[in-house]
Amino acid sequence: MSQEKIIYALYDDDHNILEAVKKIRNAGHQIHDVYSPFPIHGLDHALGLKYSRLAICSFLYGLMGFICALLLMWYIMIYDWPMDIGGKPSFSLNENLPSFIPVTFEMTVFFAAHLMVITFLVRCGLYPGSDSKSPDPRTTDDKFLMEIHTKDDDKKLKKIKDLIKKTGAIEINEKNN
Amino acid sequence: MYKFTRNTKIICICMMLFGIISLVYGFISANKNQYSDLEIRQAVKQMYNEYKSDKKKYNDDVSQSVKSKDASYDNHSGSESNEYEYASLFKKIENKFGCKLDYDKKKNAHGLEDIIYVTQHYFHVKKQRPWSSLFLSNIFFLMISLAALVWLAVQYISQSGWSVYLLRIPQAISSFLPIGGVVMVFLIITSALHWHYTFHWMDEALTYEFVDEASLDTEYPKYSHEMSEGMIDNSKFDKIITGKTSYLNIPFYLIRTFIYLLGWCIAAFLLRKFSLKEDIEGGLKWHNRMFTLSAIFIVFAAITTSTGAWDWIMSIDTHWFSTLFGWYSFASFFVSACAVIAIITIYLKYNDYLPEVNENHMHDFGRYLLAFSIFWTYTWFSQYLLIWYANIPEEVTYYVIRFEHYHILIIIALILNFVNPMLLIQDRAAKRLKGQVLFVAILILIGHYIDVYVMIMPGTVGTHWHIGLVEIGTFIGYIGLFTYVVLSSLSRVPLVQKNHPLILESKHHHI
Repeated sequence: MSQEKIIYALYDDDHNILEAVKKIRNAGHQIHDVYSPFPIHGLDHALGLKYSRLAICSFLYGLMGFICALLLMWYIMIYDWPMDIGGKPSFSLNENLPSFIPVTFEMTVFFAAHLMVITFLVRCGLYPGSDSKSPDPRTTDDKFLMEIHTKDDDKKLKKIKDLIKKTGAIEINEKNN
Repeated sequence: MYKFTRNTKIICICMMLFGIISLVYGFISANKNQYSDLEIRQAVKQMYNEYKSDKKKYNDDVSQSVKSKDASYDNHSGSESNEYEYASLFKKIENKFGCKLDYDKKKNAHGLEDIIYVTQHYFHVKKQRPWSSLFLSNIFFLMISLAALVWLAVQYISQSGWSVYLLRIPQAISSFLPIGGVVMVFLIITSALHWHYTFHWMDEALTYEFVDEASLDTEYPKYSHEMSEGMIDNSKFDKIITGKTSYLNIPFYLIRTFIYLLGWCIAAFLLRKFSLKEDIEGGLKWHNRMFTLSAIFIVFAAITTSTGAWDWIMSIDTHWFSTLFGWYSFASFFVSACAVIAIITIYLKYNDYLPEVNENHMHDFGRYLLAFSIFWTYTWFSQYLLIWYANIPEEVTYYVIRFEHYHILIIIALILNFVNPMLLIQDRAAKRLKGQVLFVAILILIGHYIDVYVMIMPGTVGTHWHIGLVEIGTFIGYIGLFTYVVLSSLSRVPLVQKNHPLILESKHHHI
């Protein structure tokens, strides 16, 4: 079994790399990742990425925040230390619900937003002190990089490189993994 | 070109006929066993006098029996259950007229004028029912067609590309404006003539402090601002409404109504005309004119939808006011208009029109529905929370009657208008499904009809509300009329504005 190789193809136009991704995937090669300084419309679809499940997480976190807020309000305002605010001393969650809704709304948003960001960072392996995953610092400026992992022999490797060259790459590098 | 098929026409006409039949039935049943104000006044006065003399005789008996120290007679004092004042008199009135009066109103009646008012009120409400359902359906569809026009203007002002293929649909919807406007003017004029009691403040008896006592028993009592001989205090005098007469008076009210309706109809007519000219001539000239006109119209609509909501809806509960009301009701109508545009688009898609419209456009409709449903909930709740929290009597009355007698409808409206879009079209995949957007849009439309019902009914028919043949029939009739007008207007012109400068953006719309 030959050693896995990594090909880096550098582009200087987002339209070119989008077309290149489509062509290379049509030719049957798997693209590991694309690095870009900004989101490219339609790239996720072209790369064949699955739709993110982050939204489902966000919904569940929101639900969690909703329940936590109601429990909190019930505990501090009704159960532990009943309070008479604005002449509404009914001491029941139901009857005082309208005044708890702003808090509940804020807590829902707070939980959904913060936990979603944390989940996103954990899923991407981004934490304080983590190394940069970008193989080429120019992708943070104005260049676009395509990364292909392959175990093919030299002959096939050359074929892929020719294909990449045809799609308008300005630079092709190869690295052993 | 859209072809308005014969079958669709027949369905629309059947719906209209059903609406007319149920409305006629409503008018007939409302006017059955109806008594005029004067008849009630005379009959109640006679019964009241009998009641008073009976009571006097009875009290004399009691005092005599006390004198003779007959304790057993004193303990079981009479046949009358003294739950509230005049309980036995009200029982007699109810038996005579065959009516069922409000418990709260009976309890709070003190004196002859109150009793007459309570009894008359029952028959006014009974007479009011078909008028209210007509008013409700008419204002619902009138404001939807206005909101669709606002939607169209928003597309132009924001230079939106995605919606270009759909712009004829709000244009066609706005062609309902003249019809709804005519019915609206008819309803206002008949209310000013006291054929019905939708606008309570139009009764001029409320604004006079004094009344000629001798003329009280005639059909037209003489009212006056000045105290003079033979005058007594007018029991109907309403200080709050009197204070509002500089704004709420019939001539100014009619002038305002005409200004709103004319402004809207002219804007609708011009926007349609310009877009048809653009179809023929092309170029940017007409597009730029439409842009300018839309910008002017949005400003006009921003003011008139607020004042229109005050005039036509908020003035029903004349004593009450809310500064948020214009936004709240317009949010309701705007999301209904989005739902109607979505429903018509999907209907056209199912009939193989608009091949360029795909799931990306559906996605945008889903966003519109979700965003404005949440906006509606936000305004609804903002208005409610502040009034509930401050608990000021003059503000809170609005919600007291709604929460005591209409709570089921409020809960249904909140579920259909907030929970339904929140859960059903929150997801990206769901927004892109035609069927799901259609389902949610129909539920939203029903939910907002119920919401507008809760805006209008408590002030007109009060606790005697029904959702029966009259209300549903009128609503269905209006759906038929509205669909007929909109689809026939849609079938007269090309379905797509082919020379719109942003049409390619709509074709390649991808999200």
